[in-house]
Amino acid sequence: MLADKDRIFTNIYGRYDKSLAGAMSRGCWDGTAGIIAKGREWIVNEMKASGLRGRGGAGFPTGLKWSFMPKVSDGRPSYLVVNADESEPGTCKDREILRHDPHTLVEGCLLAGFAMGAVAAYIYVRGEFIREREALQRAIDEAYDAKLIGKNNKNGYDFEIYVHHGAGAYICGEETALLESLEGKKGQPRLKPPFPANMGLYGCPTTVNNVESIAVAPTILRRGAAWFSSIGRPNNVGTKLFMLVGHVNTPCVVEEAMGITFRELVETHGGGIRGGWDNLLAVIPGGASCPVVKAEDIIDCPMDFDGLRERKSSFGTAAVIVMDKSTDIIKAIARLSYFFKHESCGQCTPCREGTGWMWRVMERLVRGEAQKREIDMLLDVTKQVEGHTICALGDAAAWPIQGLIRNFRPEIERRIDEFTRNSHNVTPVLEAAE
Amino acid sequence: MAKIKVDGKEIEVPDHYTLLQAAEEAGAEVPRFCFHERLSIAGNCRMCLVEVKGGPPKPAASCAMNVRDLRPGPNGEAPEIFTNTPMVKKAREGVMEFLLINHPLDCPICDQGGECDLQDQAMAFGVDASRYKENKRAVEDKYIGPLVKTVMTRCIHCTRCVRFTTEVAGISELGLIGRGEDAEITTYLEQAMTSELQGNVIDLCPVGALTSRPFAFHARPWELTKTESIDVMDAVGSAIRVDTRGREVMRIMPRVNEQVNEEWISDKTRFIWDGLRTQRLDRPYVRKGGKLQPVTWPEAFAVIKEAVDRTAPEKIGAIAGDLSSVEEMYALKALLASLGSANIDCRQDGTALHPSHGRASYIFNPTIEGIEKADAVLIIGSNPRFEASVLNARIRKRWRQDVPVAVIGDIGDLRYDYEQLGAGAETLKDLAGGAGKFFNVLKKAKHPLIIVGQGALVRGDGAAVLGQAAKLAQAVGAVTPEWNGFAVLHTAAARVGGLDVGFVPQDARRNVADVLESSELLFLLGADEFDMKRTGNAFVVYIGTHGDAGAHRADVILPGSTYTEKFGTYINTEGRVQQTSRAGFAPGQAKEDWAVIRALSDVLGHKLPFDSLAQLRAALRAEYPHLAKIDHIAHGDAADIARLAKLGGALRKPPFISSMGDFYLTNPIARASAVMAECSALARNGFKQAAE
Repeated sequence: MLADKDRIFTNIYGRYDKSLAGAMSRGCWDGTAGIIAKGREWIVNEMKASGLRGRGGAGFPTGLKWSFMPKVSDGRPSYLVVNADESEPGTCKDREILRHDPHTLVEGCLLAGFAMGAVAAYIYVRGEFIREREALQRAIDEAYDAKLIGKNNKNGYDFEIYVHHGAGAYICGEETALLESLEGKKGQPRLKPPFPANMGLYGCPTTVNNVESIAVAPTILRRGAAWFSSIGRPNNVGTKLFMLVGHVNTPCVVEEAMGITFRELVETHGGGIRGGWDNLLAVIPGGASCPVVKAEDIIDCPMDFDGLRERKSSFGTAAVIVMDKSTDIIKAIARLSYFFKHESCGQCTPCREGTGWMWRVMERLVRGEAQKREIDMLLDVTKQVEGHTICALGDAAAWPIQGLIRNFRPEIERRIDEFTRNSHNVTPVLEAAE
Repeated sequence: MAKIKVDGKEIEVPDHYTLLQAAEEAGAEVPRFCFHERLSIAGNCRMCLVEVKGGPPKPAASCAMNVRDLRPGPNGEAPEIFTNTPMVKKAREGVMEFLLINHPLDCPICDQGGECDLQDQAMAFGVDASRYKENKRAVEDKYIGPLVKTVMTRCIHCTRCVRFTTEVAGISELGLIGRGEDAEITTYLEQAMTSELQGNVIDLCPVGALTSRPFAFHARPWELTKTESIDVMDAVGSAIRVDTRGREVMRIMPRVNEQVNEEWISDKTRFIWDGLRTQRLDRPYVRKGGKLQPVTWPEAFAVIKEAVDRTAPEKIGAIAGDLSSVEEMYALKALLASLGSANIDCRQDGTALHPSHGRASYIFNPTIEGIEKADAVLIIGSNPRFEASVLNARIRKRWRQDVPVAVIGDIGDLRYDYEQLGAGAETLKDLAGGAGKFFNVLKKAKHPLIIVGQGALVRGDGAAVLGQAAKLAQAVGAVTPEWNGFAVLHTAAARVGGLDVGFVPQDARRNVADVLESSELLFLLGADEFDMKRTGNAFVVYIGTHGDAGAHRADVILPGSTYTEKFGTYINTEGRVQQTSRAGFAPGQAKEDWAVIRALSDVLGHKLPFDSLAQLRAALRAEYPHLAKIDHIAHGDAADIARLAKLGGALRKPPFISSMGDFYLTNPIARASAVMAECSALARNGFKQAAE
């Protein structure tokens, strides 16, 4: 279990003073000017050395991402964009940061912005996060009033922070769709290349980072890369906000060391599985887009990028969705399919057409109203979507179904058998197609 | 240049090429739906996926990736892509399957059938069976105007139409709303599109979602005879293909001509064809007792001979219309000359242009393709959006590349922003004198373009305005040995040809009004665009195609042929010599106009020295050698502009306005077209028609 002294988010539950004074009493904004004085190069190198991997799901090394930004401006300004459009089912860590510990993010924006030579940060907050946006705006206003950010601030680097309010589309959490939305256009992903570091917001160099990646940066820089990289396993270092959701006794958001085993995570923080360990059916370890993992595979699995990749799933955002044996796993995945169908932006063909197809087949599989060969067909369709789309939403829609078929094929077949056994033709009248 | 290997074949292509273009260059066919070389890249159909060696283990969209985005191999080998691997084949089949699951398989009743990209590519790259058992999506059809019919269930969301209308046509009226499966292309309020180029979305649509409303269910593409020809609706001379069934023109499509129309045509060009069938003059008529009576050709000729015999030669006049070919104008000029009259004019609108100022004084010297080089544009008294819609799209293309555009005149919306310098001749005079900021913009520009429209030249002070414009061109250095930026924009297809063969009075100060005043016997060669009251008591012989103003006034009508029914030479506004081809025969007893004139000359006892079109052309080309070079421009002499600049005269106050009235009703064919009438009514109404 992570020691309290190693926690980065010290007010994640909102028990203490959320104001600037309270945050400062917990160590925020301590020596920020000193870190800035060490220079851009030092910060980027320190972030690289810390081994922090992006907390938004893909796990791209944060320091490396920052280093892609141009060192010398060609006349265009650079921007930092913070992705607070947290919409993945199961994921709820960023909202806790925005609600209760916003100053970590505000300070992180200044430091990250300085490290990449950005003139301003845009924080794109999910449409549904009304109170969170208010809390964040309050924190930013406090920081402006205290002359910590803005023009001629105490930290010696002119920097503006703007909060932008989304309209509640999942796709706007994709980094280029987010940029489009921020520019006032329809949220549809852009083609890459060019990458945002070259042509991002308003055609200027831009880095898009997750809230948590930015919010942990100040503490890492204060305490040193060595401290951060000493926690966890190699290549999977540091602390991470885990979300325990679903059928655990005490669902919670908790900061833990990377690489903690699933068993320890649930025992320590989740109060155990509902109905005991024997009642565990499956876990989606990283938010809705990750393939489901069966109970026996996950129980002693270290919860980090590599550990879950070995289980053919992914760490994602560390939103651990726990499902006990009362769960209709097929129906659960069908519901996720519906979510992805509903949130597809409609730009490119495989996702626009494929998500609807997959969802409709899934709905039939829930009832068992299908042929067994359709399981393989469905798997084939997911493969036709995966990797053929502009953004990763196509992959995200495909993976849960692939995970289901990989792990629960017997259950699907059983249901088809059951339906076939009990079926009798109750609707002799043909329905016209819509 | 960059090296790249396509399917093992190493080629060298320019850096800015996309993988798709490179593959094309190497001879590998890559299917596509959303990619179009004249539109921005969307990359959303995912049909053009190719495998990149050493890249991620997934295919890449070849339309959206540049050759320079690829990294060379570890030892500096050229990057390598494959278009024929199992991965690519699987990916294409997958995308094809997705496109087809919600596409209705109604090809037998779809107007796109036979020329459908989806059909062709499904044959070439798809699989033969469907695995989709769910219900198909249905989408409600949208009303987007009287020209473009929608069957939105067929839409594959390639967004070519959206990109065309916003980028080329300059309207933001078509868009994609909704998301995911519910995404739909619509004008949202279901109003008609207001662009004059909207018909092009029909060609762009790779499926049958947007089809031609007037053409709907009239014919199948494979039963049409295709004839390559030239458009005469405006002076651009767009390359067209006339599709006929029997002798009826069923539709008109654009052809690619990079130098003129790229691959766009205006709506008037495209949808005029129903006017070719109605109001046609299919037999000769003679006015007897105040009423036009059908007669035979010899009777009609006899009446004309009688009239010619009783008229003094100098009282015989001829006016050529805006759709006349060079051949018939040449023949009519020769006929009048043999009768002893030089009382002729092809400038119905009274424009001040005259061949005595030199060819450079009346053509679009920088050429239409040259617009793409222009780095500052001044438009004087013209609205190219209506007068030459396709040419306007080129100016818009330059404007999108931040080329400044300014306008003198009160001309309205051009589909791009421009700086309004002033309304009339005074502003032009000041500018030519070096006053105003835009003078410096033009002066600094390497290729300044000064477009002079007919709106500025058809006035009483037309010659003086022309002189001022030439003076301005001289002053800003628009006329150099490499670049002649003095451009006259015509509105009539016949005009440059008429000026080239000298179908004008000898004296540059005389114009159509003098011809009308001094004629007691008047030949009208398809001339309908002036008030017929001005013909006074003259005996009028009308040679033309449609029962329009000229035919109503005529004493004798000789039926002629339209541009789709004859082989005719037309010279467009830039002086390019082009020829139409006969796609079908004229109705009834109507003949080709030159043949009518030749037959008449025989009756009149002044037999013209040619018996066939070939002989006519030989004579014509002997006299005007530049007409022999088809698709070629005989460039004007830059010194003409210097001389033109000396033209003086008093300038008048009123603002320049476009000389074109109703875009949809500029000639007899258009006025006979029901489709054009509908468009015109809609435009007059401010496009406010309730959705059906």
